[in-house]
Amino acid sequence: MSDLTHTPAVSLSDRIMGALSRVTPGRIIVTLLLLLGAWLMVFPFLWMLSSSLKPTSEVFDSDFTLWPKTFAGWQNYYDVLVTQPYLRYLTNSMIVCVGILVVQLATAVPAAYALAKLKFRGSTILLGTVIACLTVPINVTSIPIYLGLVKAGLLDTYLSMMFPFLVSVFAIFLFRQFFRAYPDSIIQAARVDGFTEIEIVLRLILPAAVPAAAAFSVFSFVSHWNDLYWPLIVVQSQEKMTATLSMMQYRSTFDINYGRTFAAATVVTVPMLLVFLFARRAFVRGITMSGVKG
Amino acid sequence: MSALATLKRRQSRLAYAFVAPAVLLILLIYIGPMIAVVLASLTDYTLISDYWEWVGFDNYIKMFGDAQFGNALRNTAVYAAVFLPCAFVIPLWLAISIQKRKRFRSFFEILYFMPVTSTLTAMALVWSALMDSRQGILNEWLGNIGIGPVNFLGSPEVVLFSLAGISLWAIIGFNMVLFIAGLTAIPRSLYDAARIDGADHPVDEFLRVTWPALAPTSVFVAVTSSITAFKLFDTVAILTQGQPAHASEVFLYLTFLEGFEYFNMGYAAALSVFFLGVIFVFALIQTLMADRAAQ
Repeated sequence: MSDLTHTPAVSLSDRIMGALSRVTPGRIIVTLLLLLGAWLMVFPFLWMLSSSLKPTSEVFDSDFTLWPKTFAGWQNYYDVLVTQPYLRYLTNSMIVCVGILVVQLATAVPAAYALAKLKFRGSTILLGTVIACLTVPINVTSIPIYLGLVKAGLLDTYLSMMFPFLVSVFAIFLFRQFFRAYPDSIIQAARVDGFTEIEIVLRLILPAAVPAAAAFSVFSFVSHWNDLYWPLIVVQSQEKMTATLSMMQYRSTFDINYGRTFAAATVVTVPMLLVFLFARRAFVRGITMSGVKG
Repeated sequence: MSALATLKRRQSRLAYAFVAPAVLLILLIYIGPMIAVVLASLTDYTLISDYWEWVGFDNYIKMFGDAQFGNALRNTAVYAAVFLPCAFVIPLWLAISIQKRKRFRSFFEILYFMPVTSTLTAMALVWSALMDSRQGILNEWLGNIGIGPVNFLGSPEVVLFSLAGISLWAIIGFNMVLFIAGLTAIPRSLYDAARIDGADHPVDEFLRVTWPALAPTSVFVAVTSSITAFKLFDTVAILTQGQPAHASEVFLYLTFLEGFEYFNMGYAAALSVFFLGVIFVFALIQTLMADRAAQ
């Protein structure tokens, strides 16, 4: 607004005319298509939010309204958060995702630094192994890991839920690329100044790694929050159920209370949507960094 | 000289300490299980009985004669044939259309990217409600233009298309962001040079500059999307469980059923090894094509 008040009226009308002259039928069609596509992207979210505020009778009402005719939002969310154990599920997801992320960072950062900047025998083999493992998804190794956890009596524990993800070869590779770009001269100078190798990592490398670490963290957190496959295999009790896994309770046969069902779906989805909206840049950087590796 | 040698020795000892935790976990999580899954595929191990024996390649022979395996591969192929072209072309068009805009660029980016971050398992429930054969809003819309009603998830002929539609909704923003990153990296000077050469039509410009310069990104998007298509699992597990009449039983879901529902560990291990083989082929294609694209 302040921008407008300071600009003379003539230039404003000029700008409008300029904008109008660029409007062609082609541009209008493209814009309409983009808007239609965006509407299709967002509609399921709007429908979910809207249904989570409605009583059961209204969810499948043939004349759909965004705002409920009868507001049942308080009741639905009260049921989900207080009567049903959704706070437990959300806490479980949180514990698992944070646990995974902390161990991933703690193992990947030093290993990546060693691979990027230190000379040791076997470094080539290790790097080759890391790159080869990048292509191996959990679906391939799930059977032996599951059997091992059964034999160790660890099924249905937080450890079993985190175990296959405790080391991220992607993080090692990503940080190694990142550290390699760090100038050797600075590290040499620090060594001359009497910095120990651990001090170099903690005081020079780590601060420089913050952008990469932030991007990776968002990436890791979101993918493990949304993971269905592994919790489906190792979780057996309600006490360890994750938010994403809890959605399986509704498979094919819905909760008879539809409003409550979609309040639950909202509660499970909203945390990651918030992460995305607040950490959009880090998130997109995380995605495109994964793209760079090809 | 000896001080330097001491420094070197100290450095390599430190390096081993730095990589030790990661190496240990890689052995436990990747190397060990990969050897184990190959060995297990040569046995008739089931979780139910402790008795097992080596059966050589019986599991693989069974696999290639197994009607369920053939069915799962066919379903996966049909699904991929619908999903992949759309997962490539739509994001590419979106990226080109959005990238040029100054205003609304981040507005569109946010909206198209939202499904990528959302929990697909929860959103699948929403989609199944939207796709409901009797009361779903999609059928209502189709009814308004005189089509339907379509039994999106309950009809064997339609179910794979419906699942492909949900997956597209979830992946379009992801591939679009990759394409936008690729487009942003193309130097402006290439476009200027093409214009001097007389390429002033947008289609000309696309064919002469954008498409060749975007090749590495395109290869990456194509390969990762193919792997994603082959890994279809979440929506099948929550919405159809392979039904109706095994029409949505895709490869990974079959592997999951054999291993973790029927506990045929030996056979499921063979399916996993097959899966690993497919992934390696994709990785190989990517490496070869990325090399060619770089030239």
